[in-house]
Amino acid sequence: MPGKLKAKIVAGRHLPVMDRASDLTDAFVEVKFGNTTFKTDVCPKSLNPQWNSEWFKFEVDDEDLQDEPLQITVLDHDTYSANDAIGKVYIDIDPLLCSEAATVISGWFPIYDTIHGIRGEINVLVKVDLFNDLNRFRQSSCGVKFFCTTSVPRCYRAVLVHGFVEELVVNEDPEYQWIDRIRTPRASNEARQRLISLMSGELQRKIGLKVLEMGGNAVVGYLQCFDLEGESGLVVRAIGTACTLDKISNTHTSASATNPCNSSPSKDMKDSPQAVPSALGCRSTHSSPVHSASSRLSQGFSVSVPTLLFAGMKHRHRSSEGPRARQCRAGFGEETPGVPLSSGPPTPLRAQTFSSFSPSKSYSRQSSSSDTELSLTPKTARICQSPSSPTLQSKSSPIPTTKALRSTTPPPLHVSLSDTAMLRKSVSFSEDLLLAASGMGSGGSAGKEAGPLKALLRQQTQSALEQREFPFFTLTSFPPGFLLHVGGVVSARSVKLLDRIHNPDEPETRDAWWEEIRQEIKSHAKALGCHAVVGYSESTSICEEVCILSASGTAAILSSRFMQDGTLDTEHRLSRQQAPVFTSGAEKGEGDMGSSASLGFEDLMPPGCGFCHIPYDELNMPFPAQLTYCHCCRRYKVPDVLFTTIDLPTEANITGKGCLIQARLCRTKKKAQGEGNATAISNLLPFLEYELHTQLMNKLKLRSMNALFGLRIQISVGENMLLGLASATGVYLTALPSPGGIQIAGKAPSDITYEQHISNMQKKINDTIVRNKELYEINPPELVEEVIGSPIPEPRQRSRLFRSHSESSDEVSELDLSHGKKDAFVLEIDDTDAVEDIHSLLTDAPTPPGFYSCNTEIMPGIYNWTSALQMFTSVRVFRLSNVNVTNQGLNKVFNDLCENLLKSLYFKLRSMVPCCLCHLNFTVAVPEDELIQVAVTAVAMSFDKEQSLENGRQIVDKTLMKAITENEEQLQFPLELTAESSSSAFCSAKGLSEVSGPLPSARAPSVDYSSFTDRCSSWIEQLRLKAHTIRRGSIKTMSSLEKASPLPEGRSRSLRSNRSYAGGSVAVVKMTPLSFLPGTKIIKYLGIINMFFIRETTSLREEGGVSGFLHSFIAEVFAMVRAHVAALGGNAVVSYSMKECVFMENPNKNQAQCLINVSGDAVIFVRESEIEAATPQPHSASAHTSSSGEGT
Amino acid sequence: MSMELDVFVGNTTIIYEEVYQLWLDGYSVNDAVKMRKENGALSECEASDDVLQSDTMDQYRTFQMCERLLYSPSKLANQLLFQIPAHSQTMLIERYYEFDHNFAREVLGKKLSKGTKKELDDISLKTGIALRSCRRQFDNFRRVFKVVEEQRGPLVENVQHHFLLSESLAKDYAAVVFFANSRFETGKRKLQYLSFQDFAFCAGQLISYWTVGAVDNMMEDMDVDLEKEFLHDLKELKVLVNDKDLLDQHKSLVCFQLREKIRVFTEMEANFKNLSRALINIATKLINTKDVRDLFIDLVEKG
Repeated sequence: MPGKLKAKIVAGRHLPVMDRASDLTDAFVEVKFGNTTFKTDVCPKSLNPQWNSEWFKFEVDDEDLQDEPLQITVLDHDTYSANDAIGKVYIDIDPLLCSEAATVISGWFPIYDTIHGIRGEINVLVKVDLFNDLNRFRQSSCGVKFFCTTSVPRCYRAVLVHGFVEELVVNEDPEYQWIDRIRTPRASNEARQRLISLMSGELQRKIGLKVLEMGGNAVVGYLQCFDLEGESGLVVRAIGTACTLDKISNTHTSASATNPCNSSPSKDMKDSPQAVPSALGCRSTHSSPVHSASSRLSQGFSVSVPTLLFAGMKHRHRSSEGPRARQCRAGFGEETPGVPLSSGPPTPLRAQTFSSFSPSKSYSRQSSSSDTELSLTPKTARICQSPSSPTLQSKSSPIPTTKALRSTTPPPLHVSLSDTAMLRKSVSFSEDLLLAASGMGSGGSAGKEAGPLKALLRQQTQSALEQREFPFFTLTSFPPGFLLHVGGVVSARSVKLLDRIHNPDEPETRDAWWEEIRQEIKSHAKALGCHAVVGYSESTSICEEVCILSASGTAAILSSRFMQDGTLDTEHRLSRQQAPVFTSGAEKGEGDMGSSASLGFEDLMPPGCGFCHIPYDELNMPFPAQLTYCHCCRRYKVPDVLFTTIDLPTEANITGKGCLIQARLCRTKKKAQGEGNATAISNLLPFLEYELHTQLMNKLKLRSMNALFGLRIQISVGENMLLGLASATGVYLTALPSPGGIQIAGKAPSDITYEQHISNMQKKINDTIVRNKELYEINPPELVEEVIGSPIPEPRQRSRLFRSHSESSDEVSELDLSHGKKDAFVLEIDDTDAVEDIHSLLTDAPTPPGFYSCNTEIMPGIYNWTSALQMFTSVRVFRLSNVNVTNQGLNKVFNDLCENLLKSLYFKLRSMVPCCLCHLNFTVAVPEDELIQVAVTAVAMSFDKEQSLENGRQIVDKTLMKAITENEEQLQFPLELTAESSSSAFCSAKGLSEVSGPLPSARAPSVDYSSFTDRCSSWIEQLRLKAHTIRRGSIKTMSSLEKASPLPEGRSRSLRSNRSYAGGSVAVVKMTPLSFLPGTKIIKYLGIINMFFIRETTSLREEGGVSGFLHSFIAEVFAMVRAHVAALGGNAVVSYSMKECVFMENPNKNQAQCLINVSGDAVIFVRESEIEAATPQPHSASAHTSSSGEGT
Repeated sequence: MSMELDVFVGNTTIIYEEVYQLWLDGYSVNDAVKMRKENGALSECEASDDVLQSDTMDQYRTFQMCERLLYSPSKLANQLLFQIPAHSQTMLIERYYEFDHNFAREVLGKKLSKGTKKELDDISLKTGIALRSCRRQFDNFRRVFKVVEEQRGPLVENVQHHFLLSESLAKDYAAVVFFANSRFETGKRKLQYLSFQDFAFCAGQLISYWTVGAVDNMMEDMDVDLEKEFLHDLKELKVLVNDKDLLDQHKSLVCFQLREKIRVFTEMEANFKNLSRALINIATKLINTKDVRDLFIDLVEKG
């Protein structure tokens, strides 16, 4: 009931001429909400009408308020014939329903027509009076805040993170209704726009209800997508992370303001006792059973990559640097870094192994059996439907994996595991394992091994998570201390056949499909020893009646700190238990778990390497990753390569800079219909993923890097081809071992030219690696060769012992592990595939000087951003006529398309050098038979190139963050330290030196290990001092940088100021796909922007062809987004993204149509320089807001 | 095997002056790409021809979309479609309205009508300015003329205010408008040696001293038309020729004013009587519109 919506139409301007005779327009406005319509008077003969209408009042349910948009139609009055529509404005009033967001919508909106585009502007005022509704059974969820941002919004603090929320609604697509045959394109487009607007509103409301149920007050990382399924309907679905957010008071802001990369609530970490060092592993699973339920084909596909965790100490062990390229990756080849190419074709078999780890629950698929031996059985192989490569099989035998798993698990469990019968029931398997393990741990008897301890720990945090169906988080960056360990990427795909959605109110099939996939993801995560999935996202690709559903995320272990929802007691109890257990683990010398001391340390400050540590324990690896001791702390194991879908954690230590790494692949497919088509796609998928993964690995090695962040693999399906595009940001994590080079080996009988050829290529590759090292400034510190005597060999021996105890067949693989991978990454160029791989490796052009690129929020290794930024969208469509339609031919075309697009971007943005293209988001599609469409949205941000500054900033950022923490923790810390064993103190000392010292010293390999405790406390003092001084300095630097930026923001231009512009200028609205604007502080979130537009033309040539058409449409979309933000009182959109860009053309009929869906968060920001000025009177922030709103 | 579609749209519309100038000068995309290449654009960013082509296309499209807004420059500031930094807006407008003096010289004093527009082909050939550019310049003249024609107040300020142009450019437009309105004949062979700037200076002087606005500041009338009464009064000047005393007095005053200021002073002094007579003859005839139009011819021929 309870809401009164009021709207007032003020004026119009720049209206189009509707009456040719008089060159004028008689405009009036219809204001519609729900079923109520009001009209203004006609304002005769004016292109700039002043209506100044009364307030139109709508009394409506808040449910409607959430679902419906306010619809404003501008018409031209015509006495004799029907009134002509000029255009419409849809205003989403959701932001007004939330007390903390906007209070009024007021401003100029472009009047949009789906045929003519923007036609003038209209000034509108909208307000809402909301009455409180205490009805418990209400259907509305007013007041729940939505954020597209995938981190805790800048001016909030996460009190609790409740977890995953999802919802979907379906409807018939108006474009495919019978009535569409008789109505005009305009009517059809408008029906569609309106329907989608309604559906998004409904979806948001429903999600809001779920959040309220969970006790949250906000959704972060809200991701809404449309599936245009054509005949079978229209699906709008959304996922997000429910949270309870607290607004941070203004006083707090100045402290964190200087550190844009740091999410604010750092202080929260103080009491998270759960710091579990974890390790990283890379694993991929894949199962592709044909699943027969309801005669749909489905294919699951999943991949996971290991995580890294750091304990914040910095011994450097070199011990295992050599062997990186694992001969046998148990994981599905694709995701597993380090899969040797030697054996050529991918090994779906291995993939199978994985899937067995993470058995998918409950579906009626015969598939993914169990883990261990089963994977070797023919049955599994058959299920995979993918060719198994004998070589790999023999070399990589999945057995080690299995074994590892077994060896760590306590004996009883072990037994049950090997029991195949039990394994078959896959779901129970993983859960049982965990339960059993935890049982052991709590009994305290597990002292011998780290494994159970870890499992216990996991179990504890898990208890909070376990109550949830899906422990997924759409967030990609986290408050410090939240993310403990990262296990690796997990992903799942499924191929479905679409049919009509019969009952839109019960979209069960679609729900079931997603449920299925999520279960799979969940089980993969478990197999990686992780209880949660972060950086989670879902997507679809539809071609005709086939739909590929994909989900991916990063398996991780999270601190329970933010998740204790209602279960506080348990949590506490559990965490108390922890300590003794750990200690015992530490005594055992199993590096993995570390001592309780180190845990204590981690509480205080998130170590720069903690998240790299493997979450599974080393003897229980889900796949045979190459583990070494962490190069930062030297205490915990880390994998050789880490793939994740999240952003680089702020606390991570990296060497050099990062760069965008893309794997691109195009595969032909026979045209087919229905199930045949679905089967064909299912069969291709594993290869596609495998090859993408291999490409990624190769490119990573070529750049001398060892980790990927923000990994996003998009598979797009067309009539006769599949496109795969994997993008990620490669970095060199200091904690991980340095990657070896790439070695080319030829298997063919040696003849001289061939050898030469090989050595030529080898040389090229080596040169490239050297060049890349320079380019990305990767100079990992020389490690001390203390390998031999170091603790590392020892555990390894031990593990070997374990293994051989448990199973003798191990030997072979063990040998493989320790030999042959000294330098390890071997590419064999026996077959054409490999040649192609190498070719594609070398054809990637380096970025031009002054440019960097990444697809994460910020470029690792660059800290001194200026405020100059340019968000852009670029779209290209390539026609493949006459292209040699082979895999190679297509690959080359696709690769060139992407490369050229990048080159073109660099050229266009050259005036911003030095700059970095951040959040490069590629979307590929196959809109028609012979068309490939690539769309990119990204932001170019300038930075200051002075190296010294950069280093300075880096330190500042880190110290600052720590400093904040410390202010809180300061007392606790020393106490804990002294109480702990010396080894723990040692860790802390290392961690601190890493953090606070100037970089060179932090890297210095030799550190005096004595008298840690004293040192620690003095370190803290120093650190705090430093933090204070540096902070002050850094702000100054930034403001001066601003002035020097190549795109001056100031409006004070001599010429301009002399002129008087009629009507004043339009407020500048910045847009960025990132969650922040460098050099500024976001002081208010005004609500979510989620807009959907259709544009159609029947005069394509006249509008400048397809390019002209799309160019103006994208410009119009930007304009409408800016106008809505400005009307809410904002001056920027953050976390902007273009979710959908569907372009269809029919040049013969001179027609084209395009659909675009964009979203983001409207915000108000202030410049840091202004905050600085305002600090004396902290409460004047709002005043600054308004001034900056106009001034920027 | 072709790029079907290729667009780049930034939230902030960044205008590269170099490309904008090529567009204004009427070069086709291909020509513009060639020119840019010659100017070394490729070396800037290791770009290839394709990149340059695509970039040029993008910018040309942007300019075309902006062109509509530039017709009434004040719209540029409050339109919502493109977010253009203020200094770029100024640059866009100024450059768009800049014109080639060679071109302006050709159309100076002609009626700014469709008929004249048809002559642009010839003018383009003659001046070597691309036809597209000629059209733009001519349309600009017409547009400015239309807006300013009926307005009261100082001509230069009107132009400046409505088209947001710099003062010097506004003065040039004022000259064009003034000539077009009074239809001064400037095309005769004898006048060919005079440049646009020469005429513009004259126009400035005429506007300052001979127009309605100049004569009577209180009258908020137009600058465009010559003051009829004033022209009528010029008849009275005949005394300066007829009356010897006045002639001498006139001579001494003029010489006093001009001494040291012009190079041809001695000649002028020597010929003063003839000059003065010719000028005054012209002046006294200015009541007829035809004679006004021929003002410059007369000045050159008979002066």
